[in-house]
Amino acid sequence: MSCEPWQCAEGSATKKAMAITKPEVAVSLIKRAARPILVVGSEAVTRNLDGKLLIEYLIDFAKASKIPIVATAHMVGEFLKRGYRPAGFMSAMDIGNRLVDPDWQGIDGKGPYDLALFVALPYYMEGLILSGLMHFAPKLRTVTLDNKFHPHACWSFPNVGVKVWAENLKVMISKFEGGQ
Amino acid sequence: MLVNGELGMTGKKVHLKIGELKTNVGIIKNLELSVGKLVNDSWEEPMGPTPMPSLTTLRDWDMKLLNKYKPFYLPVCDLCCLCTYGKCDLTAGKRGACGLDMAAQSSRIVLLACSIGAATHTGHARHMVDHLIDKFGARYPLNVGGLNIKVEAPVTRLVTGIRPQTLGDLDEVLEYCEKQITHLLSVAHTGQEANNLDFESKAFHAGRIDQVGMEVADISQISAFDFPKADPEAPLIEMGIGTVDTSKSVIMCIGHNVVPSIGIIDYMNDNNLADKLEVVGLCCTAIDNTRYYKQGKIVGPISWQLRFIRGGFADVVVLDEQCVRTDASLEATRVKAPVIAASEKNCAGFKNRTNDPPEEIIADLVSGKVPGVLILDAEKVGEVAVKVAQRIAPIRKKLSCLPKVEEIKELAKTCRNCNLCQRSCPQDLEIPAALKAAAEGSMAKLVELFEFCIGCGRCEQACPVKLQIHSFIVKAGEQYMIDEKNFCRAGRGAVQDVEIREVGSPIVFGEIPGIVAVVGCANYPRGGKDVYDICREFAKRRFIVMTSGCSAMSAGSYKNEEGQTLYEEFTGDFAAGGVLNVGSCVSNPHIAGAAIKVASIFAKRSLRGNYEEIADYIHNRVGAVGLAWGAYSQKAASIASGFWSLGVPVLVGPHGSKYRRMLLGREDKKEDWEVFDARSGDKVNVGPAPEHLFQTVETKEEAMVTIAKLCIRPNDTWKGRSIKLSHYIDLSKRFYGIIPQDLDRFVRTPADIPMTMKDDILKILKEKGWKETIIPDPTLLSRMIRKKRS
Repeated sequence: MSCEPWQCAEGSATKKAMAITKPEVAVSLIKRAARPILVVGSEAVTRNLDGKLLIEYLIDFAKASKIPIVATAHMVGEFLKRGYRPAGFMSAMDIGNRLVDPDWQGIDGKGPYDLALFVALPYYMEGLILSGLMHFAPKLRTVTLDNKFHPHACWSFPNVGVKVWAENLKVMISKFEGGQ
Repeated sequence: MLVNGELGMTGKKVHLKIGELKTNVGIIKNLELSVGKLVNDSWEEPMGPTPMPSLTTLRDWDMKLLNKYKPFYLPVCDLCCLCTYGKCDLTAGKRGACGLDMAAQSSRIVLLACSIGAATHTGHARHMVDHLIDKFGARYPLNVGGLNIKVEAPVTRLVTGIRPQTLGDLDEVLEYCEKQITHLLSVAHTGQEANNLDFESKAFHAGRIDQVGMEVADISQISAFDFPKADPEAPLIEMGIGTVDTSKSVIMCIGHNVVPSIGIIDYMNDNNLADKLEVVGLCCTAIDNTRYYKQGKIVGPISWQLRFIRGGFADVVVLDEQCVRTDASLEATRVKAPVIAASEKNCAGFKNRTNDPPEEIIADLVSGKVPGVLILDAEKVGEVAVKVAQRIAPIRKKLSCLPKVEEIKELAKTCRNCNLCQRSCPQDLEIPAALKAAAEGSMAKLVELFEFCIGCGRCEQACPVKLQIHSFIVKAGEQYMIDEKNFCRAGRGAVQDVEIREVGSPIVFGEIPGIVAVVGCANYPRGGKDVYDICREFAKRRFIVMTSGCSAMSAGSYKNEEGQTLYEEFTGDFAAGGVLNVGSCVSNPHIAGAAIKVASIFAKRSLRGNYEEIADYIHNRVGAVGLAWGAYSQKAASIASGFWSLGVPVLVGPHGSKYRRMLLGREDKKEDWEVFDARSGDKVNVGPAPEHLFQTVETKEEAMVTIAKLCIRPNDTWKGRSIKLSHYIDLSKRFYGIIPQDLDRFVRTPADIPMTMKDDILKILKEKGWKETIIPDPTLLSRMIRKKRS
């Protein structure tokens, strides 16, 4: 369980994410948030965890936690194919740009988000968006659900293999079952 | 009676010296007269308001765009380390010792990137123009399309107010560019500009200058080297490693500046050696070689340098400038291929042998006494490269440094499974799994990596047991490499005036749904096939597809069901459904030039020094979008910046996020999308058209939907808007599985709605509380209002 940036050259951060050492920590962070949102990128359909696509874990997670999903790239179609309608869809840059705006009232118009979870974007792209949020959205907390350590997030899982990752997601889903 | 005297002209400067002149009234002795320049103003077009703009001349225009498309910063580094006060931590609102904050620092880096790009193209142009004036004279006429082109240099005319007619005229244009780049670079010094938007405006200025520099480079080489002149039927060029006849001596040219390559080709032709040697190129030099010499071969894009050198195909490697791997000479040494560095900008540490007798240089290279030489004389490069290639080829016997398959399987067993190769790979390729499979006897996973590998070699740098991982991947994909036999159309150069006349109206009114320019480098997220797929999709939809540089190569590197490459399947016309390769990097201004010429030739707007009005026209009326799917360089940044400044949106692939700043509109902020109706002066909300000026897209599917959407312009007629919306909706349904939810922003009248989708769309509009609005004569410039409201 390494807490070094997954991509070796991503070491130019003065602040480093706190490590999520076990999934219960992430659950606790989410439960404490008043307005969380989950941003899901294109690798949701290319990452296979123990014979099951990541997107399927994320649908289970979103249903259990009731966290709204914003799908980036063409992922909205992939969610719809699987019978799940995300709360919104837009490009990764658009959602990042909205999250740095303290006046943005969210996709439902009910107010700014206080926690943004990210998962399944290309590593470098997700890292840059998290950097943008770290610098320009001081009130927003960020968490990644990937299995690759992201130094620019507020909280990140360490670098772990897909088996551990799958297990972490299963634990998180189980902790939310029955609603947040 | 003039007893003695002289008249000299240097560029446009005139110097008159009279030793002694006897006249009726007396004798004049030792009179010297200098005139700054001769103004040959036979151009009837009146001068516009902004010829040769300085750093701030177009600031108001830039700010109009920057207020609509605000920067979203993605800092790559939290620190600034440019001066000795630093390192300064700029995290989350902190200011550095000089007072700069992260927003300004980020845009400062953007300015630096764009200035480097502009300087590189302008430096290239300077070398080209000086070389051509030396060779052909300053009065050599510019000819980019014969009678088919009257507007020979639309960008230069627009920015500088100069109509260049000879090579000598380009000198003055370049002097202007060089001055501006010096000022722009100085802005990045500590303690200069303070505001992020002012940095951004200056980055736009760098883009404008860059477009001029590139145009100068290309129109000079088209004219003097007799490249295809706006020719839709420019020849098809063989492309791919499989097209190279390795039984011949092979000279490989890498880079962007074609001058040394032309020295080689001329020497070969002058000595009847064309059938004895292969001249192949990588990156933009390949494109420009084949505009001069149709028997030349294009090996492929920038990312294939290592695979071609290590594969041992090249007997001599000639390096010119830009995008050349700085370890190319080390790699060539491994396969005993001598190297000739041929540019002052890339001396590669070699001894300068420019003034040595060719036979001495040849002997040293063939014997291996020296691994490479620097020769700054194109003709001598030609003689040396050809003779060395002929003499060394029988000795080298195409020596490769790729390991054998059995060696790979053995070496893979030494892998420690540390994952550092994958963690160093920009593509995050699953190399450890592929090595594990190889160690177990299967090369299949290494073969899978071949298409997606961008050839950077970082995996090898990271490997603690020094496995030559990139070579493993290349060896695994060797058969694919040898089978690569495709076509690229030679760069045609400019778009003809007559082509503009024919399509100007359908472009401006939206009936041709858009111009998609797929340009730039090969840092693709998932291989070059995405470029082919995107180009083909839009060509089939009857958009105009324009390509250049490495993207032009990738577009031609795949085939349809009938075995045709893209350039065989579609015509090279600037017309609906055409796929045009304009040429190399420096040919990109022909794309901007086409948009500018729509304003000039179709709409009869004055070009001369009239930047703001023309950019406003293009932004509101010409549905053009740039896609740099694999952009990696500073030059790509400045090229993009030239398009931003014209109000043309640019998309980049995921790696483009590392340019660390996007320019994004907010479709949810209605107040951002107002324009003036030039007929009345009324403000009209036209919706987010186009929505963004610079954006990263994550997948090719997203790229396609976004391109269709970004072609929408306020000026579209109802028929044009209906056509554009039908493409946007159709692609959205296909790739997103859903009708776009923002149609209420783009439908102005019921006539805009595509007929076949009317019911579904009306339902969405009703839910959104849509109201009909007018189609304005759109402008962002209040001075363009013809009738002010009382």
